[in-house]
Amino acid sequence: MVAILYLISALLFIFALRGLSHPESSRMGNIFGITGMIIAVFTTLMFKSVLSYYEIGAAILIGGAIGSFIALRIEMTALPQLVAAFHSLVGLAAVFVAAAAFYDPVAFSIGKVGSIKTASLVEMSIGTFIGAITFSGSVLAFGKLQGTISGKPIVFKFQHFINALIFLLIIFLIVLFVINQSPTIFWTIVIVSILLGFLVVIPIGGADMPVVVSMLNSYSGWAACGIGFTLSNNLLIITGALVGASGAILSYIMSKGMNRSIINVVLGGFGGEQDTSASKDNSDKIVKQGNAEDAAYIMKNADSVIIVPGYGMAVAQAQHALREMGDILKKEGIEVRYAIHPVAGRMPGHMNVLLAEANVPYEEVLELDEINHDFPMTEVSFVIGANDVTNPAAKTDESSPIFGMPILDVEKSQSVLFVKRSMATGYSGVDNELFYRDNTTMLFGDAKKMCEDIVKSLSA
Amino acid sequence: MEAHSSEVFVIGLTVFFLACIIGYYVVWSVTPALHSPLMGVTNAISSVIIVGAILAAGPQGFDTSKIFGLIGVVLASVNIFGGFLVTYRMLSMFKKKTKKTKEKE
Repeated sequence: MVAILYLISALLFIFALRGLSHPESSRMGNIFGITGMIIAVFTTLMFKSVLSYYEIGAAILIGGAIGSFIALRIEMTALPQLVAAFHSLVGLAAVFVAAAAFYDPVAFSIGKVGSIKTASLVEMSIGTFIGAITFSGSVLAFGKLQGTISGKPIVFKFQHFINALIFLLIIFLIVLFVINQSPTIFWTIVIVSILLGFLVVIPIGGADMPVVVSMLNSYSGWAACGIGFTLSNNLLIITGALVGASGAILSYIMSKGMNRSIINVVLGGFGGEQDTSASKDNSDKIVKQGNAEDAAYIMKNADSVIIVPGYGMAVAQAQHALREMGDILKKEGIEVRYAIHPVAGRMPGHMNVLLAEANVPYEEVLELDEINHDFPMTEVSFVIGANDVTNPAAKTDESSPIFGMPILDVEKSQSVLFVKRSMATGYSGVDNELFYRDNTTMLFGDAKKMCEDIVKSLSA
Repeated sequence: MEAHSSEVFVIGLTVFFLACIIGYYVVWSVTPALHSPLMGVTNAISSVIIVGAILAAGPQGFDTSKIFGLIGVVLASVNIFGGFLVTYRMLSMFKKKTKKTKEKE
């Protein structure tokens, strides 16, 4: 009976992910997911060995209240941090469950204290290892995304060598743990894994965060899997594998969006606010500067506008003002669409959520390969808070660090409006030759204020 | 005993690989626009490890294992409620304007 209920719950989780294939079916998917979780929890509460309903109920209420409070209050721009924080909790929970299984193996029927089955010990320590890495890696990712810690990649000598050594040490500790089942070694594994989690994320820069967040998503799944094997629980194994696969695919999509291998991202050292010495050869070129009225005039006289948002839009919280601008243009009979680069923002799909928050219909928001061939037929490209993802150097300059990265072909449209705070380079530290082109007008200023000013000029 | 436990492990491994394959196909079918909600949902469902935490917290009395279990329940609950709620918030944003959309295609 238990196995059947767990199976139903696992199936509901699969349907929850399947629902996300379309916005219309996605809400039903979420309901499937919630139902699956309720079934899983109540099935477990019905176990004969589970008696302390009050304590467990209180624990669920406390956790649930905290989770709900955070989820309801969080700004959509802060989603990446929130997801990172949540991943860290999954990792930590996995460590605690593994520890509980170690201290009371009878409750999980995996042996007795001091004589736990070898297979269970191996699975337990792997679950602990992945859980602890997920925990500390996510905490650091949270800090970098929140801005508590600098987004700069921190690189030092022999970094990868040290990480490899620590990894070997952990394997050695796991072998030792399986042999003597000592609590001291268990906690040593936890501490060393936490250290490794920090060291793995520390060299990865701000712009690579979408990959890191996806990777940690994947790890949290594998940690659940490890616990599932320890407890011989198919529901945990299935769910963990689903989540692990999901995170892995997202990491793959994100790295492809930057034309880099996952290994290259993990090794790190790329991204972050590097010095702008690479831009020296462009210092004498002329930049055409404009203001909100110019931008309003150019767009009003166009037939079609494609808006290219990036992380800068999120930082400035400009999505609502931007949508207002789009609405006015649409009323004038101008075709307005949005082009989203796979790595725009700080997590997969971040821009889509922000635009949806501002009530932009999702039919108007298109992915790179859906819209890229339309740029030559477009009169105005309005780039707001994006930079590297529009840089033509990715196609022409083989020496550029972003060479080969798929970009949005904004340079093919008749004119380009570039909303930017300053002439600073993007996260790759590469100068954008687009700024110096004749058909480019730079609009310097805060993204939100610029959009509001354009709205004013348009309605005047 | 040993033969039995290795059998259990192989069954687990079978389930694991089949689930990975299902996950692979299901996740590729997710539309890129919904990748953020995907992370929200996966985050919530990975907290199904609450099942293990409940088992540890189940017995009466208080010992180390039970305290670890209860902490696990709290942590996983934060995620379950938080994950599903934030996903719900995101998904309802993808809903409301379909009606307002002007036909343009």
